[in-house]
Amino acid sequence: MQASEIRALFAVASRPEVVSLAGGMPFVQALSMEMMAATVNRLLMERGAVALQYGSGQGDVTLREQILEVMADVKVAAHPDDIVVTTGSQMALDLVTRVFCDPGDVVLVEAPSYVGALGVFRAYECEVVHVPMDDNGLVPEALTEAITALAAQGRRAKMIYTIPSFHNPAGVTQPQDRRQRILEIAKSAGILVLEDDPYGLLGFEGEPPAAIRALDDEGVIYLGSFSKTIASGLRVGWAVAPHGVREKLVLAAESAVLCPSNYSQLTISEYLATQPWREQIKSYRELYRERRDALLDSLEQLMPTGTSWTKPAGGFYSWITLPEGLDATAMLPRAVAALVAYVPGTGFYVNGEGRQNMRLSYCYPEPDRIREGVRRLAGVIEGELEIANTFGTSSVLRKSSGTNVPAPDLQ
Amino acid sequence: MSSYLVLSGGLSPERDVSLRSGRRVAEALRTKSEAEVIEADVDSSLIEILHKHRPDCVIPLLHGAAGEDGALRDVLTSLNLPFVGATGAAARLAFDKPVAKALLANAGVATPEVLALPHATFRELGAGGVLTGIREYLGLPIMVKPTSGGSALGASIVRTAEDFPSAMVGAFAYSEVAMMERYVRGTEVAVSVLDTVDGVVALPAVEIVPESGIYDYKSRYTAGTTEFFVPARLSDEVAAECARIAVLAHGVLGLRDWSRTDLIIDDSGTPWFLETNAAPGMTETSLFPQALQAAGLSLGDVTATLVERAVARG
Repeated sequence: MQASEIRALFAVASRPEVVSLAGGMPFVQALSMEMMAATVNRLLMERGAVALQYGSGQGDVTLREQILEVMADVKVAAHPDDIVVTTGSQMALDLVTRVFCDPGDVVLVEAPSYVGALGVFRAYECEVVHVPMDDNGLVPEALTEAITALAAQGRRAKMIYTIPSFHNPAGVTQPQDRRQRILEIAKSAGILVLEDDPYGLLGFEGEPPAAIRALDDEGVIYLGSFSKTIASGLRVGWAVAPHGVREKLVLAAESAVLCPSNYSQLTISEYLATQPWREQIKSYRELYRERRDALLDSLEQLMPTGTSWTKPAGGFYSWITLPEGLDATAMLPRAVAALVAYVPGTGFYVNGEGRQNMRLSYCYPEPDRIREGVRRLAGVIEGELEIANTFGTSSVLRKSSGTNVPAPDLQ
Repeated sequence: MSSYLVLSGGLSPERDVSLRSGRRVAEALRTKSEAEVIEADVDSSLIEILHKHRPDCVIPLLHGAAGEDGALRDVLTSLNLPFVGATGAAARLAFDKPVAKALLANAGVATPEVLALPHATFRELGAGGVLTGIREYLGLPIMVKPTSGGSALGASIVRTAEDFPSAMVGAFAYSEVAMMERYVRGTEVAVSVLDTVDGVVALPAVEIVPESGIYDYKSRYTAGTTEFFVPARLSDEVAAECARIAVLAHGVLGLRDWSRTDLIIDDSGTPWFLETNAAPGMTETSLFPQALQAAGLSLGDVTATLVERAVARG
């Protein structure tokens, strides 16, 4: 880990004066703490000795059965034995990569992609190749092109890592026909699809989108998470994998952490068993939709000409493209001085792209703060346009180094 | 029981560095003092905290604006609270690098020639013509920096004409005014200065050899990316001259208790003054603590002594 100027700026973004549109923290304050306290209390009084003990490396069997019920909403059907419970789906991502990838293996990812996944692929020395997206997510033709280009070099990708619903950071969603198409391409090329679906239940319109895993139970590993639907601090996620893979994931999990936290798993299990969790998810959806609306309305009203953004139908993020010539990384110190923060786009690429982009999150700040943040950001962009106009550039040639995205606990 | 308040954090881009400095000094002080050592950030609750605890002494370890520009020190003065380090007036002089350089130049110290311009000048006169003039006048390479702030944030070396505009944009991202300084190639050293009962003394110079060749933010705060030599590998004569300049800068700028002066020594052995910091960094990779260690002093003892002195002067 290297110290980085960008990380230093995020340290300022944690101050209350700053409107942070940079973090990805779910708004867990929306949960009833009395209800959670009662849930935990009941768990400890009734099953404390189990909750505080080691558990199975694969995860608690009751919870795995309950996960099936949760996944039914995204049309994933599986057997409890197909599920491996992990310390957040981040750990599942790590385990899958550890099991499947050797140094130098190619992983195809969206352009841009989730920074936590890029970090895992980097740690296992995978070669990451970005595949373009449009307003409907990963572009099938571009995926075919990338696979063909690799084949021309005599290479084949090990995995396609995709976030089909309410993408982080791009805020876009693959329609069903595109999911089908992507799966067909992957299958015909013999490439595993790693489907990351932390936001699938947090759509603002209609039914949750059916997962790619709903279409195929052999060529897809599905990653799910309770971080966004219940509580990120409990760190409970899971992978759904075909039998042969699942065994390896369990062994890898045991070598990493012995077992996922029994306390956290049983807390989630108790919550799912005794609380109206679908109602809670619905109230999260309404909360985030109101915030998404606040963001999109104020972007519409305030952003300078030449700025564009995606319009998320769920999840936490919108992806902004700045006017021509502006560089979101170079602009960040000015934004932080104006008390607003975002994540520069370069953090979501492995190849230095994304300079003209930024990710704005609307999950944590209240709507009024979001509007104030966008107002400040609009002023910053106007100032940067003026500077770029004066100097004919806004880009700093010096390559940014170190870690350019915030830690998970930034608001 | 008396109480001391370590102030760190704030809203500057050096917040993280400052928090680390603050924690380190607070811990060191706790090992050497019976007093209660409180740590506080600088925000809207600060005045209330100061009134509530009424500390016997404040140790401001803020880097960047408000901490080093003198503003917060003036607030402490207005509250009649003793504090360690420079007065607001002196901190202001040191914080503005071109001003500090002018004062040192007047005192006969070599300092690389500098020009300082706000963005408005470039906008009104046209950047192309102004930059060409500066480039021809100073000659490449040119060091471009914000006129205030530390940790090399917004600073870059311009080696070609094409790099110049983006370097200016980088500096203006951190400051309203940017400075363009003639680049001096040589050995980078930092000389820490301490007020003692025997007067102002310079500690052994720390020589900085960044792995990347440039002592930027990453090199400063990533352990292992910069090699330090303490004392610096200088002849006695050059070392003495560096010490003299650091002590002189401390005096010329009217600083108090502690400071750190950054110099570059060219191939002929001439030390060039770059800047002086009224609130030197105290992190685990910072220069001031390394100098203390080389001098056989502990951060805890030194801070405790400076606190006693600040309390005594009221």
